[in-house]
Amino acid sequence: MGRPSFDAVSVGDTLPPRTFPIDRLSLVRYAGASGDFNVIHWNQRIARSVGLPDVIAHGMLTMATAARLVTDWAGDPAAVVDYGVRFTRPVVVPDDDRGAELEVAGVVSAKDDEARTVTVDLTATSVGEKVLGRAQAVVRLT
Amino acid sequence: MGVNPDISRRSYPPARVYEVGREKIAEFATAIGSTDPTHLDPEAARALGHPDVIAPPTFAIILAMRAESAVVQDPDAGIDYSRVVHGEQRFTHHRPIVAGDRLVATPSVDSVREAGGHGMVTTRVEITTESGEPVTTALSTIVVRGGS
Repeated sequence: MGRPSFDAVSVGDTLPPRTFPIDRLSLVRYAGASGDFNVIHWNQRIARSVGLPDVIAHGMLTMATAARLVTDWAGDPAAVVDYGVRFTRPVVVPDDDRGAELEVAGVVSAKDDEARTVTVDLTATSVGEKVLGRAQAVVRLT
Repeated sequence: MGVNPDISRRSYPPARVYEVGREKIAEFATAIGSTDPTHLDPEAARALGHPDVIAPPTFAIILAMRAESAVVQDPDAGIDYSRVVHGEQRFTHHRPIVAGDRLVATPSVDSVREAGGHGMVTTRVEITTESGEPVTTALSTIVVRGGS
């Protein structure tokens, strides 16, 4: 699986960037799985009535999707011992066959030799706009 | 009316015990587009040293949201839920959440502050086993939009 070892990872290393699709079905599925049925994530009429351009993705779906860059790289989702984000802009999900795209990139910004953890700074954008701020995952490597 | 600053540091009773099921973990993993075998296949999870399938890093939001509803619905808090936007989220995992866990999520309010005419409420949910073993700490900041 090619799991990265702590010693082989350096500050400045980049994680291969990826593009994740998010469509209306993704939102319905996430609503059901998470229990977050806020109507702005599935009802265009209400989303527009509160001033949004269209239905938007759950911030927590964006957060979860961005984490996949890190968990797939680490080879074990349990390696993520700390993960935090700010929700800066919504991911707008149009009702078409393509939906939205979330582009995620990551770079190792710190290493803790004692805890054997690395900090990964994540960038998540949709239609060229940053949708997450201060997105950081602390990953324990062996 | 803004958020009542007196709820800062207030603790609330835990939500009812949440039993983590394999199928719920698989459902959540699928919903976030993950095909990682540690979420789906107990043998694959055991091969990495886990006792059973493990939850994705943000799975704890299910428990955190349930527990936080005690804060949001506290009539004394003055939080208008129709004006609430999720501002920040953070999870600190003391150990992974594993299928079969029976978890207790206890909410409290870390801070209440004003910024730019909006109320910012940071809640903390401590997730432990029934015997008190720490599992996950979830910190959420919600923004209660001001104005009328």
